[in-house]
Amino acid sequence: MTTSLLTTDARTKKRNAAEARFKAYGLGAIIVAMLALVILLTSVLGNGLSSFQQTFISLNVELPEDKLDKSGVRDISVMSKVTTIGYAPILRNALLATLEEQGIETDLSNKEISNMISKEAAATVRNRVLGSPDLVGQTVQFDVLASGRIDGFFKGRVTMESAALDGNTSPEALEIAQALADAGIMQTKFNWNFFVWPDASDQRPEAAGIGVAILGSLYMMLIVLCLALPIGVASSIYLEEFAPKNRWTDVIEVNISNLAAVPSIVFGILGLAIFINFMEFNQSSPLVGGLVLTLMTLPTIIISTRAALKSVPPSIRDAALGVGASKMQSVFHHVLPLAAPGILTGTIIGLAQALGETAPLLLIGMVAFVREYPAAFTPESGLFGEASTALPVQVYNWTQRADPGFVERASGAIITLLVFLLIMNAVAIYLRRRFERRW
Amino acid sequence: MSIMKLTATTAVLAALTATSAAARDNVQVAGSSTVLPYASIVAEVFGENFDFPTPVVESGGSSAGLKRFCEGVGENTIDIANASRAIKSSEIEACAAAGVTDIIEVRIGYDGIVFASDINGNGFEFTPEDWYKALAAEVVVDGALVTNTVETWDQVNPAFPAQPIQAFIPGTKHGTREVFEEKVILAGCEESGAMEAIMGLNGGDEDAAEGTCMAIRTDGLSVDIDGDYTETLARIEADNNGIGVFGLAFYENNTDKLQVATMSDVVPTTESIAAGDYPVSRPLYFYIKAAHIGVVPGVKEFAEFFVSDDIAGPDGPLAEYGLVSDPELASVQATVADEVTMGSGS
Repeated sequence: MTTSLLTTDARTKKRNAAEARFKAYGLGAIIVAMLALVILLTSVLGNGLSSFQQTFISLNVELPEDKLDKSGVRDISVMSKVTTIGYAPILRNALLATLEEQGIETDLSNKEISNMISKEAAATVRNRVLGSPDLVGQTVQFDVLASGRIDGFFKGRVTMESAALDGNTSPEALEIAQALADAGIMQTKFNWNFFVWPDASDQRPEAAGIGVAILGSLYMMLIVLCLALPIGVASSIYLEEFAPKNRWTDVIEVNISNLAAVPSIVFGILGLAIFINFMEFNQSSPLVGGLVLTLMTLPTIIISTRAALKSVPPSIRDAALGVGASKMQSVFHHVLPLAAPGILTGTIIGLAQALGETAPLLLIGMVAFVREYPAAFTPESGLFGEASTALPVQVYNWTQRADPGFVERASGAIITLLVFLLIMNAVAIYLRRRFERRW
Repeated sequence: MSIMKLTATTAVLAALTATSAAARDNVQVAGSSTVLPYASIVAEVFGENFDFPTPVVESGGSSAGLKRFCEGVGENTIDIANASRAIKSSEIEACAAAGVTDIIEVRIGYDGIVFASDINGNGFEFTPEDWYKALAAEVVVDGALVTNTVETWDQVNPAFPAQPIQAFIPGTKHGTREVFEEKVILAGCEESGAMEAIMGLNGGDEDAAEGTCMAIRTDGLSVDIDGDYTETLARIEADNNGIGVFGLAFYENNTDKLQVATMSDVVPTTESIAAGDYPVSRPLYFYIKAAHIGVVPGVKEFAEFFVSDDIAGPDGPLAEYGLVSDPELASVQATVADEVTMGSGS
């Protein structure tokens, strides 16, 4: 009748098989997720790591007085009449002189020689000359950027085959670049400027950087932190500790949870209508961006703060009240400090979410070409009122550019953004581990 | 108590914000994504060489740009709208209703629209007629309108290889789509005589016939691309049979991946478009709010610099990037210099 426990019957076998299958599904799901992550990271890192390197040409540039300062009195206002277009031939001559010095022969046209040097180089030289006019008439050494195609050649993006088909460079130009690199005149080195320089136009992918975007994102995070944290914490404390439990607070609670799920673009529409059209704040400014992101982050912070407050055991409150503390004293002296790690974690995660947000910024004019570093305060445009972009927006911008050099830049910006997010999440985890108390 | 401090900071922040009047010292530009690269090139050089800050250039499309342009006069509205088509009379009316009455129209040059396919695929020599026959939703066969059923290019024109038809054309929100429909599909419809045949069928209604001509098939052989040219390029790289519609500037920056097709035996180059030989091109514009000249610093200087010979001329950086220089640049320069508004004659 009864079978031994040691021999599994059909039903047990079926249950064990179901369990094994479930484990396999779970493992499969993890593997799929990990694979997706690995593919994403390899593609981003593979494309983007090269953006941290840049090719420079070191040139001895002769700065002729008859071209740069005809008056000869070194008057800045007169010298600034010579535009960067006027500086381009000077750089070309410097490169030709270097080629001759190195014994590299070439039959490339003047235009093709000019195309080896970045268009940014003229601005570099001009700014330095206007900064110290005494340099005119001398020969000065400059480290200028090589053009995007030459830079791409040293990074493997441009090959001899692709250059033969390319209207912007030629195999001959690449051979010269190789010869210059062999002579140590052209060098590919680490490029701090990527993190400092502003965006550049389609003709100068090699000069594009994320300086303005980082600054804009920083300002916005500052605004979000200064507004969303106090407002969010204050409203959660009130809702959790003081508010009576009735229909109204239920309605508010449901609405807050709903707001957390509203698509972020809706906040952008709201920002455009209220902050720009009604309150007349400046378009594209970090102020408006920060306010919009604050609205978006508030529900996240309120929900996590309330959860943190809820997790503080009632006995703490009772004990404080029992020794004669007022309700406010019990909250601020006892409950809030114990809930702080949870609140901070929620805030940091909310900030990280806001940092990576693009959609609402589309509508308030932050998807823009901005080259001026925004000042935190100016008398004309007020606090955080100058135009700026943000990191995720910069990525979006660069993926739309025609020049293939921007693919590398966009991936570089993604890597930077991911590093920031990783740091923020790591801090959140650390705070939780370090200060969290369990009862 | 740190919360208290933060609250105080917030109060200060709010107070500062409230007292600061919105004012700006940089030119603000928005509009067509086709004009965006040119505008940002000019903005960059302008910022480099003048004492004014670099203008801020946004994209978003011609219609969106002109809509924002027409929102009113004031520091929180844009100064210049880029457009890949001329402003419509309805938009001029909307502008006037919001107080934007003085608009200066500036034509910066011409943009070519080219057909390009994967560099390793077959080359093509198109005529508008080929495109009409390949992409029309309905064609006239034996005196009746029937659904277009051609599936390979050799069915369109025996000279072509037997390659499946797969076209990536701009979506309807793009200004480029209008040009494609009018200068390629409609032109092909007229050239092939299909226009007359359709008018014969519908009783001579020309507007309806044009509508029938320009209706693009929706069976998947023609795909609307609502994104940018980078998306079209990615689709062609994934599907080697694909033929895409690009701006000339985009093609010229990706000649190592794309080969361009001729249209009516003309290779699209800035020269052939400037000479008027290449048929598919369109003017690009920007519009200046005259009321902002002298109020926002640098508006007029930026506009003058944009159309100067150094920038927009045939040897300037814009032409180098793919803009077809305007043969009548001198008159455009005069328009900007004299601040001639639209509708004020001359």
